[in-house]
Amino acid sequence: MFSVSCKRWLLLIHCLLLSSCNDAMLNNPYPAKEDKQSILYSSFSERPKHLDPAVSYSSNEYAIIGQIYEPLLQYHYLKRPYQLVPLTAAKMPEITYLIEDQSGVLIKTHVEPEKVRFTDYMIEIKPGIRFQPHPALAKGKDYFYHNLQVEDLIDIATITDFEHSGTREVVAEDYVYQIKRLVHPKIHSPIAELMKEYIVGLKEFSKIGKIQDPIVFRAQNISGVEVIDKYHFRVRIYGKYPQFIFWLSMPFFSPMPWEADVFYGQDGLADKNISLDWFPIGSGAYMLSENNPNRQMVLSKNPYFHLERYPNSGEPGDFESGLLADAGKSLPFIDKVIYVLEKETIPYWNKFLQGYYDASGVASDSFDQAIQFMGDGKAALTPALQEKEIRLQTAVTTSISYLGFNMIDSVVGGRSDQARKLRQAISIIIDYEEYIAIFMNGRGVPAQGLLPPGIFGYEPGAQGLNPYVYDWHDGYHRKSMATAKRLLSEAGFKGGIDPSTQEALVLYLDTAASGPDDRARLNWYRKQFSKLGLQLVIRATDYNRFQQKIRSGNAQLFLWGWNADYPDPENFFFLLYGPHSKIKTGGENAANYQNVVYDRLFEEMRNLANGPARLEKIHQLQEIIRYDAPWVLGFYPKSYSLIHKWYQNLKPNLMANNKLKYTRIDSDYRARQRQLWNRPLWWPMVLLIGVGSILLWPAVVIYRRRKKAVINAR
Amino acid sequence: MIQYIIRRLMYTIPLLLGVNILTFFLFFVVNTPDDMARMQLGQKHVTEQAVSKWKIDHGYDLPLFINSEKGSFNKITETIFYQKSIKLFVFQFGISDSGRNIGADIKQRMWPSLAVALPSLLIGLLVNILAALLMVLFRQSYLEFWGLVACVVIMSISALFYIIGGQFLFSKLLKLVPISGFGSGVDALKFLILPVVISVVSGLGSGGRWYRALFIEEVEKDYVVTARAKGLSETQVLFRHVLGNAMIPILTGVVVVLPLLFMGSLIMESFFSIPGLGSYTIDAINRQDFAIVRSMVFLGSVLYILGLLLTDICYTLVDPRVKLL
Amino acid sequence: MIILWTDALIYLLLTTAMVSGFFLRNYEGLKRPLNKIATNKSAMVSMIILVFFIAIGLLDSLHFKAEGQRASGVISVLDYCTQPLWQQTEKTYSAPFSAYLYSKAYITQADGYQSWGFPRLKFGGSHLLNPETEKTADVLIKLIVGLSKGFIFCLSWVGLRALYVAKKAGQSRLHVRPGFVGTTIIVVVVGLSGIIELSTYYHILGTDKVGEDVFYQTIKSIRTGLVIGSLTTFIMLPLAVVFGILAGFYRGWVDDLIQYCYTTLNSIPSVLLIAASILMVQIYMVNHPELFTNLESRADLRLLFLCLILGVTSWTGLCRMLRAETLKLREMGYVQAAKVLGVRPIGILFQHILPNVMHIILISVVLDFSALVLAEAVLSYINVGVDPSTYSWGNMINGARLEMAREPVVWWPLIAAFVFMFILVLTANLFADAVRDAFDPRRNQHD
Repeated sequence: MFSVSCKRWLLLIHCLLLSSCNDAMLNNPYPAKEDKQSILYSSFSERPKHLDPAVSYSSNEYAIIGQIYEPLLQYHYLKRPYQLVPLTAAKMPEITYLIEDQSGVLIKTHVEPEKVRFTDYMIEIKPGIRFQPHPALAKGKDYFYHNLQVEDLIDIATITDFEHSGTREVVAEDYVYQIKRLVHPKIHSPIAELMKEYIVGLKEFSKIGKIQDPIVFRAQNISGVEVIDKYHFRVRIYGKYPQFIFWLSMPFFSPMPWEADVFYGQDGLADKNISLDWFPIGSGAYMLSENNPNRQMVLSKNPYFHLERYPNSGEPGDFESGLLADAGKSLPFIDKVIYVLEKETIPYWNKFLQGYYDASGVASDSFDQAIQFMGDGKAALTPALQEKEIRLQTAVTTSISYLGFNMIDSVVGGRSDQARKLRQAISIIIDYEEYIAIFMNGRGVPAQGLLPPGIFGYEPGAQGLNPYVYDWHDGYHRKSMATAKRLLSEAGFKGGIDPSTQEALVLYLDTAASGPDDRARLNWYRKQFSKLGLQLVIRATDYNRFQQKIRSGNAQLFLWGWNADYPDPENFFFLLYGPHSKIKTGGENAANYQNVVYDRLFEEMRNLANGPARLEKIHQLQEIIRYDAPWVLGFYPKSYSLIHKWYQNLKPNLMANNKLKYTRIDSDYRARQRQLWNRPLWWPMVLLIGVGSILLWPAVVIYRRRKKAVINAR
Repeated sequence: MIQYIIRRLMYTIPLLLGVNILTFFLFFVVNTPDDMARMQLGQKHVTEQAVSKWKIDHGYDLPLFINSEKGSFNKITETIFYQKSIKLFVFQFGISDSGRNIGADIKQRMWPSLAVALPSLLIGLLVNILAALLMVLFRQSYLEFWGLVACVVIMSISALFYIIGGQFLFSKLLKLVPISGFGSGVDALKFLILPVVISVVSGLGSGGRWYRALFIEEVEKDYVVTARAKGLSETQVLFRHVLGNAMIPILTGVVVVLPLLFMGSLIMESFFSIPGLGSYTIDAINRQDFAIVRSMVFLGSVLYILGLLLTDICYTLVDPRVKLL
Repeated sequence: MIILWTDALIYLLLTTAMVSGFFLRNYEGLKRPLNKIATNKSAMVSMIILVFFIAIGLLDSLHFKAEGQRASGVISVLDYCTQPLWQQTEKTYSAPFSAYLYSKAYITQADGYQSWGFPRLKFGGSHLLNPETEKTADVLIKLIVGLSKGFIFCLSWVGLRALYVAKKAGQSRLHVRPGFVGTTIIVVVVGLSGIIELSTYYHILGTDKVGEDVFYQTIKSIRTGLVIGSLTTFIMLPLAVVFGILAGFYRGWVDDLIQYCYTTLNSIPSVLLIAASILMVQIYMVNHPELFTNLESRADLRLLFLCLILGVTSWTGLCRMLRAETLKLREMGYVQAAKVLGVRPIGILFQHILPNVMHIILISVVLDFSALVLAEAVLSYINVGVDPSTYSWGNMINGARLEMAREPVVWWPLIAAFVFMFILVLTANLFADAVRDAFDPRRNQHD
């Protein structure tokens, strides 16, 4: 009896030990069979709200649809400064400027911008590009699924449950159809209002009302957008708007088959969450083969993807760093991308270290673990991460974080001398160098102007100095406290005392904040203001209400940021352009800044090509902003990303959304490393069980004693 | 019996109506449809037109209770209250503020919730009863004393500590289970171990004490004393008589929570990123997706009331003395 | 002197408790259970520790305006006493008793040479010249000094007390074991004195991300925990008692209506109800910024609302119990007799029903307390708890989750919150058990 059970136990322990030596990865969150496949693992923390290219406008959505939809143009993957190259377009659009002659006839011209009435963009697309396989395109004699009945849908839970799928060639009309969709009343495109101002006839087109039937909708025409033949179309815009070319590289201008709207418009599909917002239909390198926003999203290779090759040339240094090793090979390299729902940063970070994610950012909390600074001030990885052969990539993002003043506010706003001096004083005392050190682990560059590095017009060194906040001697040095105090008393608030109340001046800062982590940040801001004797009351709300306050002009001071849509200074300077003021037009000028000189300079700068003339205008614009200080220019955040050795061909590119197709995974190497890093530790468990059984002993003793007592009593 | 059930069912209707009206007031007073639109349309370039468009599309452009512009019957039906609240009664949850069909999501997400909650409940029950029985078995010894102390200690630790500590120890240090996530089919098993263990352990304190109190009460009853006098050993007495007789309160206690298992555990699911209804609710709260929160409130209430109903029926089944009033 | 809403309510609660204690001091029914509690060692230890917690909470509930102290200018008596703790902030994390920062940074030496290493703290252990060799001894000396200070204080107090007691010997009504209680108090006071002494030289529980002393944060969190635990019951009690007794006593439509109300409320998942209500409070605050000029009053109002909401959602359980008990009581002989004798219903309610359900109320109050303290942490985790700027264990734990992922781990904020919260909840639980054992008539029969 004893021996049998004993043997069984031994066997069990043996099995446990075996399995621990067996290199089984017990903590592997993926099925074991995926180990050797060329799959990239990434995550999403919140399900993307929209995957419809006409609606989608945030970075987490672009991470996915950038791989699926193909606009006309793309940014060159390797070259810097950022350069637009054709993607589905056969060549860069032909741009023609048109003016009216005396008789009102339009003629081509090359004259100065103010006289140009229209600009024509003639676009030619590549032949032979096909859409991904999709049931909307499945066709025999007729479309299979354009007339679905209730009983057809019984067994359908997701889009892959349709038996047939089809494809067809992308034609010019698909691009035009997408432009129409931008102003469809049922589709709320965030750029609809903007585009109506530029594209000829779009405003009139948007007034045709709610057309439910896509076929009728398709038949309507925009006067300024014309299909010329299967591969050519022309877009006419009002005046001159050189930035339009950047918009053509955004997913808003990717082809959309009219069949998609017919298919998804059918009754019953929306109830099953089958819609264009969740199951895109594009022509890109990848297609969304599974979209379960409750768990994971899977991109897999589009079998009909047209031939595209890895670029043959790049920046100097790209060859040395191995970025050109795959030059000329056909894209894409990775078979599948799995985005796993991961809401918390801790599990993500730990899984990254265990090798279950291929790349990661560096959260402030894991910073010390990952990064150390060398003697020369350069960031480098810690030995622990170096041992894992992780690589570090750093880049200054094309964004700016700032503290805005509401210029219509009676205390801090307006362009009076007094208010300006108050703003300048505040600009000096908010020590963003310290902020960056504490909260960003040094991952930021204090802003000297509106433009971050990488945007035309940014200047380093003494050239780019903000003389109202900094002094220059061999580097930027924030002006002294005494200067700020002097400015404050000149503004009429000597020692921070408001003369009207004889108490400390109270300022209100609005921000979107909720978590406990924000507490420290906001305390810091309060501390900065108290250096001047000013009281700062912080009104933190959720982002939604914060936006509303800004819109209605209720804020006094507010914290916000801007992420460039495209690498052009216009995309930053328009944030302070008077006609775009938030309160008047709901535009992006959140500070409600109004300055006639600035507006005129901005309009001139907007239409210039990059060059000395434009730089001159930018200098003037920057000077106005620095002097008037409608913003406390905060900092340009730096992004640090960590990449495992097996994840290759990665180069920071802040503009491109479709980077995935260039990258490559060495899955064999990954499988080996994962095994090495994830040996389960059994002995603490064995110890625990051992201690537990020892603890059982007294129970046994008491039980025996009691039994004896009962027997004795009997 | 049937009549009794029908009568009980009828009683739930005013309850549900009450829940419905209460939540409606809460949600439409808190956030105006304008706020919702702005949040959903979100990031950049939100215009007034876009907001009103959104409101029209989601049916939030209607008046709250009475639509004076419409004809007789439509005065009531063409309102937010009718469209958004009354339809819940037929489980038409409608579209979430982010544009997905809530009903389909709920159907999909209740299974992972159940996969965590049901084992937690059953294993928890087993462990709790076992611990309680042991304490009763060794009553008036230092083992019981230390057992009770352990229970109080376990009770006094916040659930958050168990989760943070468990994840840190078993996933990060020992690498025995995945840190978080979920799989389909058998794959799900390895993700479930840690959440289930943690919920069992964190529930042991109060559960063990509760069942111990139950058993102690039972142990001192006359029939147990008789059984003991007949010469049955202590273990036999405990397992056969005490446990058997305590089964009724135990089972009814379980039945009342059974339907609520579908709702899942809010914190556990969001920590382990299990795609259940608990994390669904948390997300909705954080995103202020009121359509979802409203649906979940209603669903929760329905399930709770269902639990009450089941309990009543169970009582009548196991204990014929309960009058069918 | 500034009176925040919760301050006022806390002192109101305290006064109510003291007044009712005063009136009930000679009440016979209380003597036996109180004696029973007094003989229970763990209950007495728990009570003493709880009293210390409450004392800290009360000190923290007296606010006054102190110019130039903080931007908002409002500090509490506790803040005043612990000034060095919150004024001596470091740059970022530092471990308990450490003299160095926890993360590396550039250190500029006197000769201008920069090196990458762990900088010294501005305050923690700054009196040491060479922390590596001196620290252990210094900590021990400081500890001994602190302990002896506490001991001397206790001795003098005991001496005075002995004189006083000698005069009024034999007046104590309760069978408290003076020796045991006295020893416990002395141990706690001496221990506290040691901690106080040490905390003026070191960050005894380290510092957090922005260099704030963690010990200070945990102490400040005590008030939040106490407020939630006590004010909530203060708010829910009237609801539960009035409705519960009325429903049980009057039966009929009153009963139906009250039952309907609490079943309806009960069937809504309470977390969702709380979340929705907290959002409502936020809206109110956004729309009335002029009412909340400083941070304290904003956070305070949110705390108050949280208590209110918790109270509204948690009265149903007690109400149901009271209703059932009242149903039983009204069939009792003496109640029937009183009815026959023509005593008015109000009289019956106050004379016969209320005193006889008192034990249920008392037990439920003490039992709920610890559950509420735990609930606060969970609610803060899902962002519907107290204001992020309020010190609370929930907020500390929430922040500490990220710290656990650091390497090397920043464990002290989590452990500090854990230990303090654990002590409070554990003592509350132990005390609650003793109260229940003492007051529950059914339990008395068994003993």
